[in-house]
Amino acid sequence: MHTNHGRSKTIVVKIKRQDGPDATPRWEEFEVPYRPNMNVISVLMKVRENPVTRDGKKTTPVAWNMNCLEEVCGACSMVINGRPRQSCSALVDQLTQPLSLEPMSTFPIVRDLQVDRSRMFDSLKKVKAWVPIDGSYDLGEGPRLPERKREWAYELSKCMTCGVCLESCPNVNDHSSFMGPAPLSQARLFNTHPTGAMIKDERLNAIMGDGGLANCGNSQNCVQACPKGIPLTTSIASLNRAATVQMFKNFFGSDHMVD
Amino acid sequence: MAKEQEFYWRRLHSLLGLIPIGLFLTVHLFINFSATKGAETFNKFSEGMESLPFLGIIEWVVIYIPLLFHAIYGVYIAFTAKPNLNRFGTTRNWFFVLQRFTGIFLVIFIAWHIWQTRLQKTIADATIDYNLMSDVVTSTGMLIFYIVGIIAATFHLSNGLWSFLVSWGITQSPKSQKVVTWITMIIFVLLSVVGVMAILAFRG
Repeated sequence: MHTNHGRSKTIVVKIKRQDGPDATPRWEEFEVPYRPNMNVISVLMKVRENPVTRDGKKTTPVAWNMNCLEEVCGACSMVINGRPRQSCSALVDQLTQPLSLEPMSTFPIVRDLQVDRSRMFDSLKKVKAWVPIDGSYDLGEGPRLPERKREWAYELSKCMTCGVCLESCPNVNDHSSFMGPAPLSQARLFNTHPTGAMIKDERLNAIMGDGGLANCGNSQNCVQACPKGIPLTTSIASLNRAATVQMFKNFFGSDHMVD
Repeated sequence: MAKEQEFYWRRLHSLLGLIPIGLFLTVHLFINFSATKGAETFNKFSEGMESLPFLGIIEWVVIYIPLLFHAIYGVYIAFTAKPNLNRFGTTRNWFFVLQRFTGIFLVIFIAWHIWQTRLQKTIADATIDYNLMSDVVTSTGMLIFYIVGIIAATFHLSNGLWSFLVSWGITQSPKSQKVVTWITMIIFVLLSVVGVMAILAFRG
């Protein structure tokens, strides 16, 4: 923290800037007045109010994504002091300074701290991360979930597609098509749901395809990084077992499709 | 290799690492250990192995083909990773990097080791016995290279056993994975002791 005689406390923040998807990145340093209980977003807002670098150079306002401001939407994820996390729940008082902010460069960068997480949503489509209830006739009520199972499934359903697990995974990068832990865990969630399980073989076969389950290298960073505490590595290991069974079923099994 | 078939290639890679390669390595180190009982004992074991029927076929099916596949596909796996130890310094992330690092090193080490021993039999009609290895490790540099190679191999196998159990869905819970981490590390230490004592025995 930076204190001078006759001056109030300030926060120094280094931001990795990039004007567009193909522009060369550069670092810029800003200094903003300190207030108690600031989060990283409020620091960014202060920078935006007066986009002048620490050495007095006028620059463009920093672009970032945000939405819910309570760590449930996943939009404001970025790399803060070297760790991927949400900027809304990153409290300045708990961070060492100078703050360092970078975009999650595993994803295509749109501008500054904004990234394009579309690949995650494409993966969710690929693994059919939904309960299939649309049809030409009324399907009626589905079976009830046992309460303990519902409580467990709720933990997996906390995934907000924020991208932190992909950013922390050494196997998600431009050399690999790995979809990352988040969509895999969602496949497990919907395979557990009694109605969702009606297409569980389709989900398993999807994650046994390109960029799927087998790309996991067990570094287990994802479970360390997940802001929602989702047991991602347990999900992956559990899917590994389901895929082992599915693999044998596909080859040796009879004509049953789902079970 | 078609990306759609990746799952099956990865599973095959994981399986071959244990059976037959892991089993072969274990047997290999134990046979080498007989050198601690003297040159004659080792030579007896060595001759026993050499007199196996269909030795050529066994070598190709149990060693060369699985090893080549495991090595080539393993190098591909290693180079598709982007290590990030600076961000996550956890044990598992270290082991992730070490597994890849030892793998790459082992490709070089094993290629050299096969050249120095088995290929000498084919090319120069050398006899693979105590004296052949004894000559190799008279150089301290070579001895160090072999010790590093042995330890890399025992780590790669032990940690590979851990990954195998996760990749095939046997150990799922964090607790079981933790317990198996300890068990595989005990295996690593024990196998390393056997391997290193064996290579030191060739120094006479």
